[in-house]
Amino acid sequence: MYTQAMDIPDESGKKLSVVSPPQSEQEAAFEARIDADGRIEPQDWMPEAYRKTLVRQISQHAHSEIVGMLPEGNWISRAPSLKRKAILIAKVQDEGGHGLYLYSAAETLGTSRGDMIDGLHSGKAKYSSIFNYPTLNWADVGVIGWLVDGAAIMNQIPLCRCSYGPYARAMIRVCKEESFHQRQGYEALLVMMKGTEAQRSMVQDAVNRWWWKCLAMFGPPDADSPHSAQGMRWGIKRISNDDLRQKFIDATVPQAKVLGVSLPDPELKWNEARGHYDHGQIDWQEFWNTVEGNGPCNKERLATRVKAHKDGQWVRDAALAHAQKQRARADKEAA
Amino acid sequence: MSTAPNDYLLHLADNAVVLGQRDAEWCGHGPILEEDLALANVSLDLIGQARLLYQLAATRMGKGATEDSLAYFRDDTEFRNYTLVELPNHGALVGYAASDRDYATTIVRNFLYSALMVLVWDALQKSPDADLAAIAAKSLKEARYHLHHAADWVVKFGDGTEESHARAQAALDHLFPYTEEFWTPSAIEDAAIASGAVTDVRTLRAAWDAIVADTLAEATLKRPEVRGYVPEGKHGRHSEHLSYLLGEMQGLARAHPGATW
Repeated sequence: MYTQAMDIPDESGKKLSVVSPPQSEQEAAFEARIDADGRIEPQDWMPEAYRKTLVRQISQHAHSEIVGMLPEGNWISRAPSLKRKAILIAKVQDEGGHGLYLYSAAETLGTSRGDMIDGLHSGKAKYSSIFNYPTLNWADVGVIGWLVDGAAIMNQIPLCRCSYGPYARAMIRVCKEESFHQRQGYEALLVMMKGTEAQRSMVQDAVNRWWWKCLAMFGPPDADSPHSAQGMRWGIKRISNDDLRQKFIDATVPQAKVLGVSLPDPELKWNEARGHYDHGQIDWQEFWNTVEGNGPCNKERLATRVKAHKDGQWVRDAALAHAQKQRARADKEAA
Repeated sequence: MSTAPNDYLLHLADNAVVLGQRDAEWCGHGPILEEDLALANVSLDLIGQARLLYQLAATRMGKGATEDSLAYFRDDTEFRNYTLVELPNHGALVGYAASDRDYATTIVRNFLYSALMVLVWDALQKSPDADLAAIAAKSLKEARYHLHHAADWVVKFGDGTEESHARAQAALDHLFPYTEEFWTPSAIEDAAIASGAVTDVRTLRAAWDAIVADTLAEATLKRPEVRGYVPEGKHGRHSEHLSYLLGEMQGLARAHPGATW
């Protein structure tokens, strides 16, 4: 799961160039391929700003998958049935797998997993802010599947047509798994809603806490979205934040009805003239506070990642030392 | 046709669910992403084995028993797992002590246990209890992978750095005495052997010793000498750690008895 971060500037994105006419033959060829909706592959020439934008976006995406393992991982030990425990472990493991192939996709752009992870741990690189909220009851696991993964799918399906080949291909697989997660999450909630009063209350409580955060996941309104224009030009971004958000709301309201939960927005109403649901104001101040590191769980999430990495240093060192010794022994035998 | 007694199925299932719970503690905290995924995978296999065994036991027990009533609504004294699998992912400390997870402890434990289970499942896949034999055949494939994974890391640790060697040896010294429980008799195993459906685990000891000796030799680690206390988890007398593990695992389910999830 993931989304949003593509519009969120971080240290590496501050010096991006703006749209300008092609400066060289290579650039003209690149632009022509983009215009023809063709794919850019790792060996192709690409503008430095395009490469940087992709490294930023794909690494943010990978980091989001890895940090995103934590809020749901919080419930693995307490899952209330063995079936749900198995589903949850498999799901969190899928997120780790997405992280793995997204790091690999980013590495085709000349960066390394180590450098990207350093960026995350130093706070330079961002990850999706949605994971800076706590998972407080078991229904959060289902709601994250239904709403957070649902929102992620909305954002990621257009990325399957992204102009950068390795990213687009990774997203095809990621989207298939995310769509499975979304259905699993929704199914878990359906079962809980058919259960006891306490179970229904858990679901409603989780929906109340996640709904607005999910709407914010699509990123700032188009008018305030700094990287969108260039991203659209380069075929990295295909649909605007506001359009995706609207699509998500329109798809989700009927699902909430079937589920029997209310969505915590008194202004949420069908607008016949627009053919869409109208919705209330998103609290962007709260969103930016969290993006900037001051949400409820930012420090815990990052510190947990840093600790896992630091505690694992001796394990990685051992693997490396063993591999070197093996090589030395093989060389000696061959000599 | 002879069938394995339910208590024996629970012994196998309890081992799997408790170790699955322990291995899953690494999810999101692994030393490297690939190992995070590997441990989650091992855990998932173990939970899957536990589910099949509990389901089989529940079907045979009747009276409304389910996989979840067996996993979530039995107390620690009713659990029949080896003490080895319930120990925390760190060195020897009292039940309410807090400590960082130690990957060497986890890997060495998975090694010692999976070295046993490849032999147990291999024997049980020939059991005249066809349902158990089918579960064993599936579990054997998984246990072989678990053993391969754990033994590979035991060698890396032993041969790797001074620190990894010391950590692996410390984990072996801590955990090895718990393997004595594999070879002591219990009423449940005696009844299972008498049923004709189950192999006496003690006949597997030489093969287990050989697997352990091969890996430890390659890892340049020493097999510790074992004497004194023999754990009794499979008799229902556990370490201080199991009730904490079950308290966490069972808490939510027990707060909502009768609920469907």
